[in-house]
Amino acid sequence: MVNTAISVSDLSKKYDDRLAVSHINFEVPLGTVCGFVGPNGSGKTTTMRMLLGLITPTTGQGHILGEPIEHPEKYLSRVGAMIEGPAFYPALSGHENLMVLARLGGFPAERVQTLLEKVGLGDRGKSKYKTYSLGMKQRLGIAAALLPEPKLLMLDEPTNGLDPEGIQEVRALLRDLANDGTTVFVSSHLLSELEIISDHIVMLRKGEIVFAGPIEDLMTKQQPIIIAKTLNHADLSHIAEIAEKSGHHAVIRDDAVHISAPIEWAPTLNRAAFDAGITLAQLAPQLPNLEETFFEMTGDK
Amino acid sequence: MLDVIRAELRKLRRPTLFLGTMGAVVFFSGLFSALLYLLIDSPQGNADRGQVISREVLALASGGVQGFANVGGFLGIIALCVFAAQTAQEYTYGTLRNLLVRQPSRMKILLGKLIAMKLFALIMIIFSAIISIGTSVVLAPTVDVSTDLWFSSEGIEFIYTTFLNVTISVVGFGIIGMVLGLLLRSPISAISFGVLWLLIVENLLVAVENSTQSWLPGSQLTIIATGGSADVPYTQALATGGAYVAVGALVASILFLRRDVAN
Repeated sequence: MVNTAISVSDLSKKYDDRLAVSHINFEVPLGTVCGFVGPNGSGKTTTMRMLLGLITPTTGQGHILGEPIEHPEKYLSRVGAMIEGPAFYPALSGHENLMVLARLGGFPAERVQTLLEKVGLGDRGKSKYKTYSLGMKQRLGIAAALLPEPKLLMLDEPTNGLDPEGIQEVRALLRDLANDGTTVFVSSHLLSELEIISDHIVMLRKGEIVFAGPIEDLMTKQQPIIIAKTLNHADLSHIAEIAEKSGHHAVIRDDAVHISAPIEWAPTLNRAAFDAGITLAQLAPQLPNLEETFFEMTGDK
Repeated sequence: MLDVIRAELRKLRRPTLFLGTMGAVVFFSGLFSALLYLLIDSPQGNADRGQVISREVLALASGGVQGFANVGGFLGIIALCVFAAQTAQEYTYGTLRNLLVRQPSRMKILLGKLIAMKLFALIMIIFSAIISIGTSVVLAPTVDVSTDLWFSSEGIEFIYTTFLNVTISVVGFGIIGMVLGLLLRSPISAISFGVLWLLIVENLLVAVENSTQSWLPGSQLTIIATGGSADVPYTQALATGGAYVAVGALVASILFLRRDVAN
């Protein structure tokens, strides 16, 4: 009995001299929502393409729903995917585009209208794809990915171009699918979104795995950080300087200084700020969220 | 395989493509055939490169399909454009990845596309045959060309033979278009290259050195449509043209089967 939807071992992809994906290993358990995160160019899309049989790995093995990725014909009928944004024929309507894919995969034609309604395009199915907004194109891409009633759904940046309401709908849709037993493997640059819906996280940087595992494991490993806000906005950089001088990494983000330091250091900072004539408006410990953890682990800002 | 063909046909039957292509086929088939009769007494000739096709030749059993055979090369250019565009657009739109996720057998995708496009070409050829022969039947009496032999048993055989030859020629042009689409992965590049080569480069080469028409690919396929020419026998054109198409198709298929789909 296979209990992993995706398992990857020593998987690499080399383009000329550039290693796009470097010997990565990770597993995604069945029935979970797994967030796949990493900066642009970190190898997320390349990895997804290898898993879908679109490109051949340079080294390593992978299994999807228990089948080797060298034989995509054995598993793709159970996999839905949208890679690198939606791609459809502009001169065909949304309905016709889905019909092309339904015919190709041998799926029932009736499913097309059901899916259009499910993603909120029920009344625009007859409009040509080229008249769709970015958000509508994205919804059509998700509908196409759901055509096979997938056991595994792989989505690359599915919330791109969606308004907040649309993002919320996609989030709910993915959660519902996971509750029904579908494994969801989703990449997004909106880490706050992934934090809400993901059970697992795979973190990639420069083609290498930074973290792969349950999201709780990731978050509990992280030290709390100190958030400092000043009355005068101009003093933020001074606070960051004080922290750096004391050997603590500090980043100014969202009108606050985020300092990677033990909570016990907060009174010291308070005194140093007072001595420097800076009035603190807020000084509080906080568990880092996924975005902060990501920046911390990848060293990016 | 049937699913791939049906999926491809759904794209090919969209009104802008289908009606646009058939409109062009009807117009040019009518025009090529009409010019045979309207310019029959013109000193500039009434056929390709100033040739004169006389009343006596047109009155033969093969006369009814003369216009249809002449338009064969042009139908080939249309087929080349359609096949090239339909193939290359999968790369430019990024839709190839969708197709391969739904049908991972690349050979099935390729063959299914080819069969669907052949069906499209066949409809095009049937339209062309009806318009060409119909135009000839209407115009022949107006310039004193007898049509008595056109629908004799020998005439019917000419219709069948010409239909087959035009079909072979058009499918050959189409496969070359598909090969260009797969190699260049851009409809504009594939069509530009194909049309420039066939309409300009080959015509210039033949004008400069007539013997080149015995081996240039476009010339071979055009000669197949007309059932052979004075300089190049039908069987030679069939063998040489067939070799070009087979080698091109082999190279493009191997590339398509092995190449990463990275866009």
